[in-house]
Amino acid sequence: MTELKVENLKHVYPNGVTAVNGVNVSISQGEQISVVGQNGSGKTTLVKHWNGLLKPTDGKVFVGDLDTHEHSVNVLARTVGYVFQNPNHQIFAASVKDELEFGLKNIGLPEDEINTRVEHISEEFGLTEFLEVNPYRLGFSLRKSVGMASIIAMEPDVIILDEPTTGQDYLGIKAIRASIKKLKEQGKTVIVVSHDMPLVAEDTNRVLVMCETELIFDGSPSELFATESILKRTNLLPPQITSFMHKIGKSSASESILSVSEAIDKI
Amino acid sequence: MSVIKVENLTVQYTGEEHKALDGVSLEINKGEFVAILGAHGAGKTTLCLSLNGIVPNMISADMYGMIEVLGEIPPKIPVRQLAAKVGSIFDNPEFQMSQLTVFEEVALGLQNLGVDKVTIEKNIKESLKLVGLEGFEERSPFEISGGQQQRLAMASALAMKPEILILDEPTSNLDPIGKEEVFSVTRSLNREEGLTVVIAEHEVEVISEFADQVVFLENGKIIEKGTPSEIFPTIVDRQELVGVRVPQVTELASNKRNLFKTIPVTLSQAVESYKS
Repeated sequence: MTELKVENLKHVYPNGVTAVNGVNVSISQGEQISVVGQNGSGKTTLVKHWNGLLKPTDGKVFVGDLDTHEHSVNVLARTVGYVFQNPNHQIFAASVKDELEFGLKNIGLPEDEINTRVEHISEEFGLTEFLEVNPYRLGFSLRKSVGMASIIAMEPDVIILDEPTTGQDYLGIKAIRASIKKLKEQGKTVIVVSHDMPLVAEDTNRVLVMCETELIFDGSPSELFATESILKRTNLLPPQITSFMHKIGKSSASESILSVSEAIDKI
Repeated sequence: MSVIKVENLTVQYTGEEHKALDGVSLEINKGEFVAILGAHGAGKTTLCLSLNGIVPNMISADMYGMIEVLGEIPPKIPVRQLAAKVGSIFDNPEFQMSQLTVFEEVALGLQNLGVDKVTIEKNIKESLKLVGLEGFEERSPFEISGGQQQRLAMASALAMKPEILILDEPTSNLDPIGKEEVFSVTRSLNREEGLTVVIAEHEVEVISEFADQVVFLENGKIIEKGTPSEIFPTIVDRQELVGVRVPQVTELASNKRNLFKTIPVTLSQAVESYKS
């Protein structure tokens, strides 16, 4: 069980630009969180504090009992896994198998446990037939799967996915959303940084909206898509189905319809 | 009047086992807005790159069949020469930037074509205005937002006064504001300036609003072709097979046919066709 806590976080980059200012938030084990906002709003800066990739300029960040100021990424990564938006920033091993094994070796697992985990995770992500292949020979979707699988194999309590569906086609998005559901069933905390509103609406239950370095909204997707002022200020567009149900008067002023299947039931 | 004519086009990249395009036939008229849809690897990029001649002139491939763009045969003329008539925009605008200022960036293509200074300045002014980047002339192309960079790439193409714009997933790396900026500029270039637009895109809700014609590719072959209203309702039951999602309102109406007069593909159609 790992609770994440951010107290009065401020982050100023070496070039003097303040990226996050005065953010307070706590996240319990097992929540599905999305972090949204325009590029440059501070959302990636915020989430990078949870695995120690960035340290607070001011304020405190706790991963469980660990103050991230006092612990390195290596230690924090056992609890919080971070999947990069661009798999090329993460993958470096010469084969898919080596890539999947790397983190497991790093956290000191015995060899037979490593083998079992690699077998299971490669099956789950459809990578079994590519184990001996160089990841860079794979297409973008599969390479993204390798990046995700190598982090999930370490079984961290918290998994951060940075723009998981960007550049993916329909089937790629479907596969990623299925993995998120599975992590949720396993009781993991999932934090998604995303512009993909159907994903935010259907697969997460709490949204943090960042705008010009500040956290301006912390609530459910249903509440967010009914809050016109926040949508306008951040240029967020609700899923088409949400707008439709609102326009025909089938959703209340404070609650939104979030998916096609929900709309089919309510209409 | 057709500006693009492709007949039985087959493309196989050098050293690859599979055909990237396999017998594609397509005709695009002047002023049309055409969207190319399909899963990764279906052939969308190859089709775009064949229309501007980058395949096979810069990326080596065997090409069979007939391809004609504005009366030219792309494989037979230099890419740079065709670029004056056919502007191309790719998914990663940063890779297209090389100059120190926005002005120089837009000037580059024109200087390469040997256009005189007065015309260059006039064209730069006009094209920056079309994409809403007036006043950005002295800014660095690397210090503006992703949406602004993509509009700058469009301005560079527009300065050469092209008749066709080819856009290969132009918004896939942009945030919502950036996407909206690029789509609305593309739409006004098509509607107001009469440019023919060919765009490969995954955002089906936007495509349904804009496109006159959608072309679905699968394994290098065209499997569907028609208006969004003709095609999207017919693929509701095979989205997985085709590798493309349908607009959410189309999916809803297909499941609740009795509540809709027709199957909509856009939000406004859905509101209109809903029987309240």
